[in-house]
Amino acid sequence: MSTTLQTFDTAALREDFPILKEKVHGKDLVFLDSAASAQKPRVVIDAMVHVMEAQYANVHRGLHYMSEKTSDAYEAVRDKVAAFINAGSRDEIVFTRNATESINLVAYTWGRSALKPGDVVAVTEMEHHANLVPWQMLRDAHGTELRIIKITDAGEIDWNSLEEVFADGRVKLLAVTQMSNVLGTYTPVERLAKFAHAHGAKILIDGCQAVVHRQIDVRAMDADFFVFSGHKLYGPTGIGALYAKAEILADMPPFLGGGDMIASVSYAKSSWAKPPHRFEAGTPAIIETIGLGAAIDYVSAIGLPAIAAHEQALTEHALAVLPNIEGLRILGTAQDRGGVISFVMKDAHAHDIATLLDRQGIAVRAGHHCAEPLMGRLGVTSTARASFALYTTLEEIDALAKGLERVRKIFA
Amino acid sequence: MSELYERIVLERVKRPRHAGRPAQFDARGQGANRLCGDKVSIYVTRAGMQLHHESEGCAIMVASADLMVDATTGKTAADIHALAQAFAEVVTTGTENPALGELNALAGVFEFPSRIGCATLPWRALEEALQNV
Ligand SMILES: Cc1ncc(COP(=O)(O)O)c(C=O)c1O
Repeated sequence: MSTTLQTFDTAALREDFPILKEKVHGKDLVFLDSAASAQKPRVVIDAMVHVMEAQYANVHRGLHYMSEKTSDAYEAVRDKVAAFINAGSRDEIVFTRNATESINLVAYTWGRSALKPGDVVAVTEMEHHANLVPWQMLRDAHGTELRIIKITDAGEIDWNSLEEVFADGRVKLLAVTQMSNVLGTYTPVERLAKFAHAHGAKILIDGCQAVVHRQIDVRAMDADFFVFSGHKLYGPTGIGALYAKAEILADMPPFLGGGDMIASVSYAKSSWAKPPHRFEAGTPAIIETIGLGAAIDYVSAIGLPAIAAHEQALTEHALAVLPNIEGLRILGTAQDRGGVISFVMKDAHAHDIATLLDRQGIAVRAGHHCAEPLMGRLGVTSTARASFALYTTLEEIDALAKGLERVRKIFA
Repeated sequence: MSELYERIVLERVKRPRHAGRPAQFDARGQGANRLCGDKVSIYVTRAGMQLHHESEGCAIMVASADLMVDATTGKTAADIHALAQAFAEVVTTGTENPALGELNALAGVFEFPSRIGCATLPWRALEEALQNV
């Protein structure tokens, strides 16, 4: 065990997550599916209950005490998100439902106004459908082109392919994940941003997975757009964020129309509020936003460097232990990778693996992980995936290995 | 560990009796589960209702296809339709049906709601094949 793991008190942190005491099929819950959505600490649950019990009203509308108080709490989360990812200004943070909506917002508004037919959007082979389908929709509706940057067998971006895709100078946006939700690969986002900018393109970074495991600094990486979802960051569902540089947001037309996003409205014409409110039509997810604020406070108090070190030790342990299981193959061997591990087993289909592990109380994900083209690239139809969080223990990884050994015996 | 995987099911996955595409057939029905990538083709040869399956997927689906062929060979379309319904009942309730013989091996699927569709997929493909006969 590394010294980091000794100083990182996982047992104490696990106490913060009520669900981890639950039993599944009579067994202790071993939750290894946090990459799909993470469990919630008590402080997040309490913060949301507290809003509803003690300070709830609609935001930005009432002139009464409760509305002002709720608006303050809601807007304070914008400051928290801005600080958390080191944005230059709170006005660069737009609240959305999730990363998917953030990307759709960019595709719909920036894509249709800043891009011209014939301009190219480039994505990689390891994008989640959320960072692929909106660009296909933009292509079909607006006449942009969509190009795919290849990955290597190790599961890293193929730099030759990247250069080829950019060679004719028509790429105007590079939309890329910072961490693959299938392979666990981290992409070199700072280098990619430099590359994109040097070629006259903007960069959108899908930080859905990375934001949970690494300290994010959107200014250091020079991201034009950065998106994430609250629910993977120990926060509630229904709240996500879009960061975009102020000068980009300023020129973007609205996404949805309605209340809160306007400056003035008449039958003849309406004018739009300034960012970020221009992009937040209607009553927002007030309770969930406040829950996200609590999640950010929680994660920040533990510290992302400590979380990252803990998870790195878990990942190294898993990468050492799992390959000992006969017939098990881990997909991807990227140099820089985190605690998301996809694997297949000889003779056992991913769904059978997941079902049999579930009977032992172990939750893993099985399927295509919303990355069907990547499955094709890897030559599989589905994989099983174990993913780690700040509450994951080495013992749980050993339990997974033991469980997989039993699966292997059943299919042997 | 679940008895589902220990009974007849695995036997059928490792050594399916009716797998493969016949050289000649009269109709084909296909089933696919978008979620997990499971695929199955059912081939019907009219003379004596001979069936074969070509399956690619999880153990529950492959075993179900193989057991289904045993249970339906030589039966009329009306019989098969009734069997399909009785089988769906078994895998959704977990209550075995003495009339279904070895198909009852899959009764345990009811404990895994997300997997019921795997067990019934070959049956849906068969119904499609019968419509094409
Ligand atoms: C890399 C990546 N991008 C985008 C998403 C989409 O997130 P959401 O469903 O919260 O919008 C996910 C979630 O699975 C993801 O892992």
